[in-house]
Parts: sequence; C-alpha cells; structure tokens
Amino acid sequence: MAKGWSGPLEQIDDYRWRIPKSAQSGMRVDGILYADDRLMEMVRQDNAPQQVANVACLPGIVGASYAMPDIHWGYGFCIGGVAATDIESGGVVSPGGVGYDINCGVRMLTTTLEREAVQAELVRLMDTIYNSVPCGVGVGGQVKFSGREQRDLLVRGAEFVVEKGYGRPKDIAHTEARGCLDGADPGAVSDRALQRGVNQCGTLGSGNHFVEVQVVDEVYDEAVAEQLGIRPGMVTVMIHTGSRGLGHQVCDDALRTMEKAMRTYHIELPDRQLACAPVGSPEGRRYLAGMRAAANFAWANRQILTHHVRRAFAEQFRRSDEELGLDLVYDVAHNVAKIEEHEVDGKARRLCVHRKGATRAFGPGSPDLPEAYRDLGQPVIIPGDMGRASYLLVGTRTAMEQTFGTTCHGAGRTKSRKEAVRSAKGRSIQNELKQKGIIARARSPRGLAEEQSSAYKDVDIVVDVVHQAGLSRRVCRMKPMGVVKG
Amino acid sequence: MEPFEIIDHTADVGIAARGETPEELFANTAAGMFSIITDPNNVEPRTSRPVTVSGSDRADLLVAFLNELLFLLETDRFITRRVEFDRLTETELAAVIHGEFIGPKHELETEIKAVTRHELTVEQRADAWHATVLFDI
Repeated sequence: MAKGWSGPLEQIDDYRWRIPKSAQSGMRVDGILYADDRLMEMVRQDNAPQQVANVACLPGIVGASYAMPDIHWGYGFCIGGVAATDIESGGVVSPGGVGYDINCGVRMLTTTLEREAVQAELVRLMDTIYNSVPCGVGVGGQVKFSGREQRDLLVRGAEFVVEKGYGRPKDIAHTEARGCLDGADPGAVSDRALQRGVNQCGTLGSGNHFVEVQVVDEVYDEAVAEQLGIRPGMVTVMIHTGSRGLGHQVCDDALRTMEKAMRTYHIELPDRQLACAPVGSPEGRRYLAGMRAAANFAWANRQILTHHVRRAFAEQFRRSDEELGLDLVYDVAHNVAKIEEHEVDGKARRLCVHRKGATRAFGPGSPDLPEAYRDLGQPVIIPGDMGRASYLLVGTRTAMEQTFGTTCHGAGRTKSRKEAVRSAKGRSIQNELKQKGIIARARSPRGLAEEQSSAYKDVDIVVDVVHQAGLSRRVCRMKPMGVVKG
Repeated sequence: MEPFEIIDHTADVGIAARGETPEELFANTAAGMFSIITDPNNVEPRTSRPVTVSGSDRADLLVAFLNELLFLLETDRFITRRVEFDRLTETELAAVIHGEFIGPKHELETEIKAVTRHELTVEQRADAWHATVLFDI
C-alpha cells in the first residue's frame, strides 16, 4: 500500500537529506532526514517522507521536521519523527506526534552474571521470566491499586510504585524525568481510560513489546562503559513497553477533541491524524495534562515489570536480586511530548518537543541528567530486533544543536506485519531462533512471525548513521540470549 | 468480492471492507478487525449487549464504533462475533453485538492498541460502500 515519495530529496551531507519547504504547499519548515545511501533506498519506497512533509505544516514548528534513520511509515507522524513547536508563537501540540502508546519506552539493567552462568540456566530462566511477567492480549496485572492509589500513581509515576515496594529508590534517578512528568492531572484522564488501565499496570502487552536477556558482545567506548557499570561478556536485561490501554484511550479521546479544536483555531492540515491545538489552549493544556498522567503510568508499568524480572532472576539463581546486580542503567521514553528549552536562531525558546519513535539524547552537562551521568551525556537505549542486536549509546552536544537533543529509537520496521507472517509460512521462528542459541517465549506464533528479524532494518546500520552523524555515540552492543514476547 | 481484506502497512495493519449498505459495511469492518485479533471460527454468538456511539461524520462514527468494541474486549473481555444494527445514521448508531467472553479456547494473537484516523475513508462508490481503516498494533 506504500506509494513511496517522488518529491525532492536533496542530499546535504553523507547522512542528511532535505525535503525543501517548497516541496508541498503549507510546509512551514524544511524536512530533514538522517540516513545513509543504503537506508535512503528503503525510505524512498515508503510513505514516511510524505509524513515528514505533512508534519512540517504544523503551526509554530521551528527548526525542521526531522526524521531519524529508523524512520518508517506511521499514522500522522512517521515513526522516527521529531517536531518542536514554539509555545509563545502559537505552537501546537499534536497527540499524533506522541502516538497511542504514550511513553512507550525501554530500560536496561546490568547484572553481576557472565554469559556462561546464564547460558547453563537459560531455558529455565526464560520460562521463569515468562511465567512472572503478565503478557499477551487481555491479560491483567498481578498488582491492583485502589481508585485513590491510581490517581497518586498517575501524578507521581515511578516513585509511587517504588514506595509501594516495586523497585529500589536508586531506580528513580536513573529514569528519564525521574519517572514522573510534572503537570499530570488524573482529572484529564477519562473514566474510560481509567477503566482500560486499571488492571494493566505491570503488564507487558503484545506487538513489539518484550523482555530480553542479552549479553554485551562489543564495547566501543571502554571508559564510558565502565562508568555505566558495563563490561564485555556481562549479561544485561532490556524491557520494552508503554502505557497500555490507559495511554491508548488518552490519545484517542484527545484526537476527537482536537478535531473539533482545529475548526475553533482555524487550523488546516493534510492528514486527519495530525489533529492539534495550540499548547496554551484549553484543549492543548488538557491533552498535555492527560498525556503526562499516561506517561507516568508507563514509568510505573516498567518499574513493576522490573520488579517481576528481578524476582524471576532471584528465584532462578537462588540469590537476592541485589547480589545479582540488576541495577537500572537508564530508562528512556520514545513516544512523548515535552516542554523543553532549546536554542532557536541564537535565542533560548520554550518548545513543545514531540518525539514519536525517537529518543531524547541530551548531551554532556545537561542539568536534566543524574549527577553520575552528567559528564557522559544521557544514556540512550536502542533495541534492535530479537535475532540480531541492541545498543547502548550516549547523547551528544551535536544532538542538542541539530535535533533538539534527539536520536533514533530502534531498528525501524521495513516489512509489514502481513508480509512478515506470509514469509514465515511453514517455518518456526521459535526453532530458527533456538538454532541461533536464542530462547524465545511468546503467547502467539503469529506474534513471533510478525517480529522476526527480517521485518526490521539492520540496527547496526541505523546506529552507525546516528553515530556518524554525531546524534549519539556508541558505547556497546548487546546480543540477545532470550526473549519474552506478549 | 470479499467482505473485507487485510491491507499492508509498514508498522501496522489495516482493513479494506465493503458492504451493500452502511450497516453491512460497518459489520464487515468489525469482523475484519476481530479477524486480526483472534480466529473468528472459535467465537460463538452466545451473549449479546447493546452498543450506542456517536461521531462527527460517518468515518468518525466508524472509528468510534470499532473503538467501543475494543474497549469492551479490554475491559469486559467480550469478543464480538456479529453485529445487528437498530439504527445507523451519519453520526449515530445503536446496535446489538453478539459474541462471547474470552475463554481458554480463544487464542488472542494480536493486541490492537487503537483504530487510527490515518488515511481513513468511508465512501459510497458505484458498486458498494467501502471503508479503509488502519490499526495501531
């Protein structure tokens, strides 16, 4: 169904391409795509460049409409899209620039375990994790909160559940925004959203969400790796999920409100899914208050899952989870809109930065970073696919100057789910992974087929582009050992 | 022509549905959506419940309707198998849905996060009513 892009794409340098604002009427800024020649071949066949051009039409957008090298066709915004709007100049917030899975994100834990120790127990470990992490469609969580607790959770995020015993106080400092966005208002979350979320805190969901046990197989920057507590051969854990039904409903509610708001504020855009309202309008403020609550829910969700994973390791290795390390390196959001201060044309401006399938990558010195990481830059966690690799990087000053402190979020899909399932006919993805030494546990064989390696771009290439372009710096690469899918 | 077919999208998945009437079109789109979630042959119309939704136009109404069915799936664990319309205008619908609650025999394969409005169409063509809907997976 992808029609591809036949409009102009001018090469700026080895890793940047421009869609000039003359390409389509209504564009207020250029589109800038980060990709090398290899990735650009795929990008041209996809509808994503059209979406980059559409996003460039948002009122108040500054800089450019950016796309990261994991760009692919989304709905409204492309996946891998970044757009910042100037709040004081009528800049808008668009729920489509965040997506349905508000604060979908990923976190990484280190362990004191080496590959060999885990290899011997791998099958049992993956079974234990699979049985302790609620996953799959319509599966509720083990942790129940009262109405009042739910409201506290939406206001306070990760910290609230850590106080309830799900995690360690140290986890908070190692979470983007300390696991809580200020200005969250449970009153801006509809009853329907609360009903959808009530049983889902501490659940993985399905689709591309996962828990992976990985091993550090290549270290690119030993000094930084050491400061982050990482050494070659170390076993690590990655958790990828978001705000579940609660976030999906907050987004859907907002899209309906925003469609009406577009008429109120006389905003016209090329795609219905880009519906938006000025950040300062009642509609904009209400969306942001609800979105922040959903983001906090997501951080609480990943925090509870971390607790389940720690318990699973402790059970399997018959040692306390502290003894096994399981320290949180960092947790990043990759679907979120945040109010941040950035320099635009030499002046500090308050911007609403949308990252849709894109990761914040603040450079060294940013006051937002925990003290331990302030000299290094923000840790950036990039999951690849379950058959190949994932990466840990750090943010850079170049990212601050070029992309409002943003980098890619993953490998990016290249094959549709339907095509992936078709190509998996007659094959067992689980057995294929097993032959590569990777133990996979999943509720549905179709889910595994949809998520097979070949459905994704090569994460090595995507990470190479952000590294070479200077948007973030490679620290190490992790290979999957075991994966749990919803 | 088939009542619905699955369409390709890089990240997600969609449905192209058709029907002789708007009622048939809405029912076929719902059937298409549930075929992504689970095998419809395993779902029997054992119980029923009423559904009413409204929208700003026919396309918005379709999205609201499908979202309501997803809401019932997530909160009540109710899988819709068949839909009967009492009333369907451009902006309002009242229907009775027939299906059953999620049980051990149902394998839920895909979670649909939401019904998107991206490239959403509902239109009457010379041959029939047609709709295109993309889902966020």
